[in-house]
Amino acid sequence: MNFLNTLQAGAAQGLWWAVMTLGVYISYRVLDAADLTVEGSFPLGAAVSVVCINAGMNPFLALLVAFVAGCLAGAVTGMLNTICRIPPILAGILTMIALYSVNIRIMSDRASITIAADSARTLLMHWLPITNGTWVSILGGIVTNALLVAVLYLFFGTEIGCAMRATGQNIHMARAMGIHTRWMTILGLMLSNGLVALSGSFVAQFDYGSAMATMGQGAIVIGLASVIIGEVLFCHKDRSFAFKLIAVVLGAVIYRCIIALALQLDFLKATDLKLITAVIVVFALSLPVLKKQFAQGKLRRENERKLNGGGGTEHA
Amino acid sequence: MLDIVQVEKSFNIGTVNEKKALQNLNFHMNDGEFVTVIGGNGAGKSTMLNVITGVYKPEGGKIFLDGQDITYLEEWQRAKYLGRVFQDPMMGTAANMQIEENLALAYRRTKKRGLSWGISEKEKEYYRQSLARLDLGLEDRMTAKVGLLSGGQRQAVTLLMATLQKPKLLLLDEHTAALDPKTAEKVLDLTRELIEEEHLTTIMITHNMRDAIRMGTRLVMMHQGRIVYSVAGEEKKNLKVEDLLQKFSEVSNGEFANDRMLLL
Repeated sequence: MNFLNTLQAGAAQGLWWAVMTLGVYISYRVLDAADLTVEGSFPLGAAVSVVCINAGMNPFLALLVAFVAGCLAGAVTGMLNTICRIPPILAGILTMIALYSVNIRIMSDRASITIAADSARTLLMHWLPITNGTWVSILGGIVTNALLVAVLYLFFGTEIGCAMRATGQNIHMARAMGIHTRWMTILGLMLSNGLVALSGSFVAQFDYGSAMATMGQGAIVIGLASVIIGEVLFCHKDRSFAFKLIAVVLGAVIYRCIIALALQLDFLKATDLKLITAVIVVFALSLPVLKKQFAQGKLRRENERKLNGGGGTEHA
Repeated sequence: MLDIVQVEKSFNIGTVNEKKALQNLNFHMNDGEFVTVIGGNGAGKSTMLNVITGVYKPEGGKIFLDGQDITYLEEWQRAKYLGRVFQDPMMGTAANMQIEENLALAYRRTKKRGLSWGISEKEKEYYRQSLARLDLGLEDRMTAKVGLLSGGQRQAVTLLMATLQKPKLLLLDEHTAALDPKTAEKVLDLTRELIEEEHLTTIMITHNMRDAIRMGTRLVMMHQGRIVYSVAGEEKKNLKVEDLLQKFSEVSNGEFANDRMLLL
């Protein structure tokens, strides 16, 4: 029973973090650049929306504000990268570090603020005939992710979406095809960080009940871990784009479940979370490589056995 | 059509490695001309194409296309007018996108992109017909990822993409150099067919002197960032590889250091 509860809690959390994973997928896989802005735009989304909610704004509208704030953060990184020609990783780090100060300013010089009015969660619990908060999160998370996957799938099928994919894959070709690659990079990072900030707002409203300046720490690693887990478990290269997006969402949920289960173990503490995360990422990244090496070794041994065994007289 | 006027382009300016890639380059092309360009390594052939396409901006001089000054136009802006095929077969296509998606990108080269579908059913039929003429069986594999194709197939697709929307100027940068001889021949045949059918104004860089002679309406030789020799019409038809070698030897003062130039 305890096991099931843990999984439910993990899934509820994972679904909200999955929104961030979709954003990370756009920068990491579509644009082909690991964007560290995530670490700053995640708490940015949380901070902005919590401040708005506390000022009396509708919590659902606050989600939209968070998205827009994230877009702006992404635009900054995009411009640092494409106009100032700062390499993508460094551009992301710069925005991330700057956002730390910005976020604390947004929260009126505090490191965290608690939601003091109705959040989206409390409103949903009020409207829906469900009393279990975890299930409200799971239900809301599923609907939200389904909507986002559908919208992203449609978007990446449009002319602009295709142009963005081409930019990430082969920038020379994209320019030769008349694609404004700078704008595509900026737009892609805006979309990516918009989703990340949206996720921050969801997590603040449904999980933490507050916004914290430090809540983005390790977010990029969590995002990458989720993307990779989803890819390793559910899809190989040739799957359709929609399938990949779904795989990424599932990856985020599974990641949270693994973490939740790991924390149930007696010898692990909450502060071990980052270590576990790093181990999971290393494991997920190296799994395909190890699999290949193992297969190769097996082939080699078989080959040698054939050569040695078949003829009988090897190397006279 | 194309006018390159006194264009200067150097690399590593102000350092000991400063290299003048183009020196006071003047080059004029008429509509419908098909110019083959030869020259040793470092002669400025690729740099010339790169200032035309906007990869590099020249330090001096002007470039006009159909009377329009394109010298400082961004690369993506002038892509509207230019069809390009690169030397590296991997460069011209997006490997993880489907063949038809690549073609759809090329189809929109001259258009403004919006939020309508990146590819429509109607176009697909057109792409199928276009692919069928490559005679590579690709019309039945339109949803295959381009990365699954061989270098020759990719180059053929790139060529098709460059001409899907008729370009004002087609630029071929040694586009068969990375292919095996048989595939290279096939891609060259296709090149010639497409250029003749569509009456494309074309510049083709090649290291193969025989190709340079037998293809195109004019041949130019570059050396040290300038055009040192230009031949057209009957004279070009009667040209032999030996004549070119002779000519090259003259302009380079008999130094025959460059063995790639000697490839026949």
